[in-house]
Amino acid sequence: MNILDLRNVVKTYEQHVAVNDVSLEMPEGSVFGLLGPNGAGKTSLIRIITTITRADKGVVYFNGEKLNSRHPAEIGYMPEERGLYKKMKVGEHLLYLARLKGLSKRDAQRAIDDWMEKFYIKDWWNKKIEELSKGMQQKIQFIATVVHRPRLLILDEPFSGLDPVNTNLIKDEIAELNSQGTSIIFSTHRMEQVEEVCERIVLINKGENVLEGSVADVKQQFKENQFQINFSGELPGMLEEQFQIIRSENSTIVIQLESGDDSNQLLRHLIQSGVHIDAFHEILPTLNQIFIKKVGGNSDE
Amino acid sequence: MNKLWLIIKREYITRVRKWTFIIATILTPLGIGLYFLVSVLIMGYESGNQRIAVLDEGNILDKPLKTTDRAFFKKKNEWSFEEALVNFKEEAFDGVLHIPPIEDLKKIPSITYYSDQSLGIRTQQFINKQLEDRIKNARIAKSGLDKKTLKDLEADISIGLKSPNGEKEKDKTASTMVATGIGIFMGFVMYMTVFIYGMMVMRSVTEEKTTRIVEVMISSVKPFQLMMGKIIGVGAVGLTQITIWGILIPIMAFLVGLFFGPGDPDQFNDFSGSAAMDEEDMEIMMNLVVTELLALNWWYILPLFILFFLGGYFLYASLYAAVGSAMGDDLGEGQSLTIPITIPVIIAFVVMTVVVQNPHSDLAFWSSMFPLFSPIVMPARLAFQPPLWEIGLSLILLLVTAISFVWLSSRIYRVAILLYGKKISVRELGRWIFTSD
Repeated sequence: MNILDLRNVVKTYEQHVAVNDVSLEMPEGSVFGLLGPNGAGKTSLIRIITTITRADKGVVYFNGEKLNSRHPAEIGYMPEERGLYKKMKVGEHLLYLARLKGLSKRDAQRAIDDWMEKFYIKDWWNKKIEELSKGMQQKIQFIATVVHRPRLLILDEPFSGLDPVNTNLIKDEIAELNSQGTSIIFSTHRMEQVEEVCERIVLINKGENVLEGSVADVKQQFKENQFQINFSGELPGMLEEQFQIIRSENSTIVIQLESGDDSNQLLRHLIQSGVHIDAFHEILPTLNQIFIKKVGGNSDE
Repeated sequence: MNKLWLIIKREYITRVRKWTFIIATILTPLGIGLYFLVSVLIMGYESGNQRIAVLDEGNILDKPLKTTDRAFFKKKNEWSFEEALVNFKEEAFDGVLHIPPIEDLKKIPSITYYSDQSLGIRTQQFINKQLEDRIKNARIAKSGLDKKTLKDLEADISIGLKSPNGEKEKDKTASTMVATGIGIFMGFVMYMTVFIYGMMVMRSVTEEKTTRIVEVMISSVKPFQLMMGKIIGVGAVGLTQITIWGILIPIMAFLVGLFFGPGDPDQFNDFSGSAAMDEEDMEIMMNLVVTELLALNWWYILPLFILFFLGGYFLYASLYAAVGSAMGDDLGEGQSLTIPITIPVIIAFVVMTVVVQNPHSDLAFWSSMFPLFSPIVMPARLAFQPPLWEIGLSLILLLVTAISFVWLSSRIYRVAILLYGKKISVRELGRWIFTSD
């Protein structure tokens, strides 16, 4: 079952096409990376999913149903630009947002208590938002996003502005929520985080879906048949006549194979020549490299 | 509906609980009371008991001037004018009041007070009042006319009012005065509330936008709910404040009145500035005003006032909300957008002040039909009992306009609230009304 299913979604602002014919599928329970340079249309896409705006064309299915006004209660959205009512007290604020998501007062109270306990901030209930540091506010914002147990969680740059300790705290909570079945959309520029957390990604550029798939598949798709060998001993002479050497250092060498070549053949050749192989592995492109390769200089920035 | 209610509740409670609200609500009537109190006190303030030597050269005063707790009068006709000016200090007088003899009937004798310190306003008025009659009598006597004949000749006119079908109507001067006062007061309250609470809505919308909370909010609720929740919540704050004032101000007025009231009616004389009015007349007038105030049909005026308040408030507050949503971080730039809204409010106020003078004129009619003016003009006319059909039509026009303005504003709001870092032109605002979500 797909938690989200976008079909040919188009959104135009004035003369500018923000989302151009995007289709994507997101399986329930997956962690999904929504990537793209600034101004690519990520936020526009998220706003359509969260029902903040409506698509001009195309259809969005949420859990098999056409997106409708009941669905926001099942979605938790943390925008990149955070905002809270500065003058409100932490407890009241969380209660307010939770109730707007449709929780009863009792359920909301209980859920908030649990979360505040989990984050060791029980005694913040009566503090005003403006008295909190930015990182602390971020925690409150996170609680506000998840308090109604959404089936789909949309996090836009969730770790920006957080110190490493709190980053880990939130990361663990996200993992925990995911293990309980929550589907998560993760929008970020930080590729190392995407690689760490996401199972699937979609890359948006200029409003279009330019790449979609599981992280492993995408990497396979963009690999360049490069192999790194750590060795001891002497490399056979004439190696460069048979193989293209990209880089060569004391005991490390990187070799580029032709697309049809078998890596075993390289390995066999090396072993036969008497070199001792310490490690042999394929160099897969990082998502960062793929991102830059795919978006290149075409980004709006 | 439930969400709208939650929003209204938050908007209302966070404002009503603020100490600035509590202070403004309680201190304003106190301040008004204090203002009256202080102004009465200042007017009544004299630099202490003054001893005044009276030099009545023409013996105009048939009996001596009345001495009060402020001024002590002593006739000193044994002095010549020159002597008086030198001597008065030695006998511990503060000054000399010189009343020259009446020589020429065509000239009013010039009465002068010689002193190092000036007389207080109240003492001056007190002397004036006492002298005027006596000088008049003295001059009548000198002219040889009989006082009684003169009195018979006096033409104290009051215009009798009759409706065309011949029925005699009761005296309307007092009721007109009261109606004018009430009218101006109601128009003014309307004008203030539209401004204060409209601006409050605008600031709050802008704040939600600039702090970015709005994106979180409208992922849970519809922009329309958020906007309406705010407008209704702030409006409820306004009604609360007006109600509290409506209760506290009369109480304050009553207390101030009690403090100075019946014991010393001349305080009121001075206060109203109509020193020429007799104390008796004043009392009659006050009674009349109170009677007229009570005679007004409040059960009919107050609900209508509330209806016009609601119509006017929704109309203007929704416009302010739309402007607030279009404002960015740069508040100065947004201010210019408020001008088109502010101008009709001010014009309406000016028109209202003219209309109360002539509440059945064409201007009064048309301005109370025009929905941008009617919430301020019509309540000002209510005390004059305009025809029912006029009130009804005005109200219908106002409510229809208010509803359509709320709709228009919500169309602008939902687009503008999500737009950042872009200057918004009035033309764009217009176009958003017709674009879909």
